[in-house]
Amino acid sequence: MTQTNTVEEIVAQPYKYGFTTEIETEKIPKGLNEDVIRLISAKKNEPDFLLKFRLRAYKQWLKMKEPDWSGLTYSKVDYQDLVYYAAPKQDIKKKSLDEVDPKLLETFEKLGIPLSEQKRLSNVAVDAVFDSVSIATTYKEKLAEHGVIFCSISEAIIERPDLIEKYMGTVVPINDNFFAALNSAVFSDGSFVYIPKGVECPMELSSYFRINSGDTGQFERTLIIAEESASVSYLEGCTAPMFDTNTLHAAVVELVTLDDATIKYSTVQNWYAGNEKGIGGIYNFVTKRGECRGKRSKISWSQVETGSAVTWKYPSCVLQGDNSIGEFYSIALTNNFQKADTGTKMIHIGKNTKSKIVSKGISAGKSKNSYRGLVSIGPNAEGSRNYSQCDSMLIGDKASANTYPYIQSKQPQSNIEHEASTCRISEDQLFYLQSRGIDFEESVSMLISGFCSDVFNELPMEFASEADKLLALKLEGSVG
Amino acid sequence: MILSTSETILSIKDLHASVDDQEILHGVNLSVKEGEIHAIMGRNGSGKSTLSKVIAGHPSYTVLSGSIQFKGQDILDLAPEERARIGIFLGFQYPVEIPGVSNLEFLRVATNSRRKELLQSELDTFEFEDLVKERMKIVEMDPAFLERSVNEGFSGGEKKRNEILQMALLEPFISILDETDSGLDIDALRIVASGINKLSQPSSATILITHYQRLLDEITPDFVHIMADGKIIKTGNKELAIDLEKSGYDFIDKNKKDKEMVN
Repeated sequence: MTQTNTVEEIVAQPYKYGFTTEIETEKIPKGLNEDVIRLISAKKNEPDFLLKFRLRAYKQWLKMKEPDWSGLTYSKVDYQDLVYYAAPKQDIKKKSLDEVDPKLLETFEKLGIPLSEQKRLSNVAVDAVFDSVSIATTYKEKLAEHGVIFCSISEAIIERPDLIEKYMGTVVPINDNFFAALNSAVFSDGSFVYIPKGVECPMELSSYFRINSGDTGQFERTLIIAEESASVSYLEGCTAPMFDTNTLHAAVVELVTLDDATIKYSTVQNWYAGNEKGIGGIYNFVTKRGECRGKRSKISWSQVETGSAVTWKYPSCVLQGDNSIGEFYSIALTNNFQKADTGTKMIHIGKNTKSKIVSKGISAGKSKNSYRGLVSIGPNAEGSRNYSQCDSMLIGDKASANTYPYIQSKQPQSNIEHEASTCRISEDQLFYLQSRGIDFEESVSMLISGFCSDVFNELPMEFASEADKLLALKLEGSVG
Repeated sequence: MILSTSETILSIKDLHASVDDQEILHGVNLSVKEGEIHAIMGRNGSGKSTLSKVIAGHPSYTVLSGSIQFKGQDILDLAPEERARIGIFLGFQYPVEIPGVSNLEFLRVATNSRRKELLQSELDTFEFEDLVKERMKIVEMDPAFLERSVNEGFSGGEKKRNEILQMALLEPFISILDETDSGLDIDALRIVASGINKLSQPSSATILITHYQRLLDEITPDFVHIMADGKIIKTGNKELAIDLEKSGYDFIDKNKKDKEMVN
């Protein structure tokens, strides 16, 4: 057997989170029209402004065409054949965890996210979202003591309509793109975070998204606002059962930082990727954008993308405030027939704005892994700087890696650096590790971890080892 | 003094091996016993490095015929990591850099894989740090090198010291040191050589692969072998290395010519 084959075998791993929870679900009928949108809005007791927001978005969406520019081919979604709202049968939100269906708690525990008071993570607050609704949010009271709001977006819509009306749709407008418009029309749940002025959030915040129903689209919506001098670190995790049909996930995430505020947003995305023949898996079409509205504010995206059949994702930063900073750290691992087209946009508007991009793509099997990024320096962004580094690692000879950096500068007093590299797992490095008694699988996973270490170092401490484990798991082969 | 009853660690018989379909080794014979230090000398391309890689199990090299036994066990079917665990160590001529992989973690995982084989307990991070800092003294290495990526940005001499550190941690039965002296200045050479001397045990053996006599001024070999055209053509004691230094490798050509004339 050639070395390449063996490496490929290691990269092929069984999906650990593919189980389905048998639970009575309330679903609305398939299909999308104005009545469906009114029904979703009514189910969530939403204020009138939000229904209008949804309907405006829906009208925009009807006029838009599904994009096909990235060269990613996939079987098209039949939008009338999807369920737009599915919720486990129980009163929408329970006051206490004791009232939550134990099956749901069990599901999250199986996923490594214990929610009950005895078992929950000690310094991480978790919002657990199951299909279309948020099941539970831990540590809410403790966070409230600091003035931090961390809850589902549905709750925020009821409790703080002022903030929702002020911010929602201001970073990602409803007509931004096809999937953002669709999300704006039908979004079901997601997380809401508000950090008041001068507060450093006392713990990590985390949302865990779980798709359970096969024919349900998931449209989550997340909004994070950091007021002046506030800071927060937020992490999202995602898994789904194995179905042989494709499930659509079209999220919108909006971040806003005011003067001197910082948001660190990390993602570990492990949606079901489809089987080794390319059947099934999640379509992950998300719009993530942050606006550094304030001076000296900072938004940092880090992501570990290992799942999904098709990924389209460009977490971006709009650097409005002078001296604001945008960062993007990414690891994207694709295998079999997975296709990932991911990257970022750094839009420099304010003076002396800085951005940094570090992207690591690993492609195995027959997968396609592309980095696509835009660095744009506006006419007033004098003294701005960007540094980009895009590295790709190929495993086997059937995978592909591409880098598409787009650079636009209207400001001569700015500085843009771009570095790119492509490599294979080197036989000499492998032999070196093996010749020290380290077995083949561990050597491969050490080399891949090493390749990704610049990005691991950016993940919150609590999750760095988790992400490393996930990658190792992905590479573990049948042992896992 | 070497006792004739000491155990044979490595026994190579009529070894033929190729890389990229080209035969490089044309029948190597070598026997190494406990406590012995062997030096293999020869020109570039004579097959010295190939021999060391074949012993360690590099996947690019194919053994065509012949055998390699380690302590009586045939090792040709063993993977490189298995050979390492039973106590075969290769010190690389050009140790590779592995960006992003912490030297400390690499050394710990390697050490534990050997310890596991020896039925010793595996060391956690703290226990291992104590051990590694102790062993680093043998090669006068700064503990700061533990925090760096494996060999990344190390100078030639630092890389070689890191190799000898690995040898000190893995405590192999046989160490094959491929041109450990190349690229070292005289101070670094002394440090590395004294490390090797400190580490030599009555129960282990060393093979030094080198171009030059100068390493052998620091480490006295029991046997010196001269390799040419993929074979060991002459074996002697340390005097042979000194002769070689004086007269150069020309005599190999002379030998060859003589042979050709006889034929």
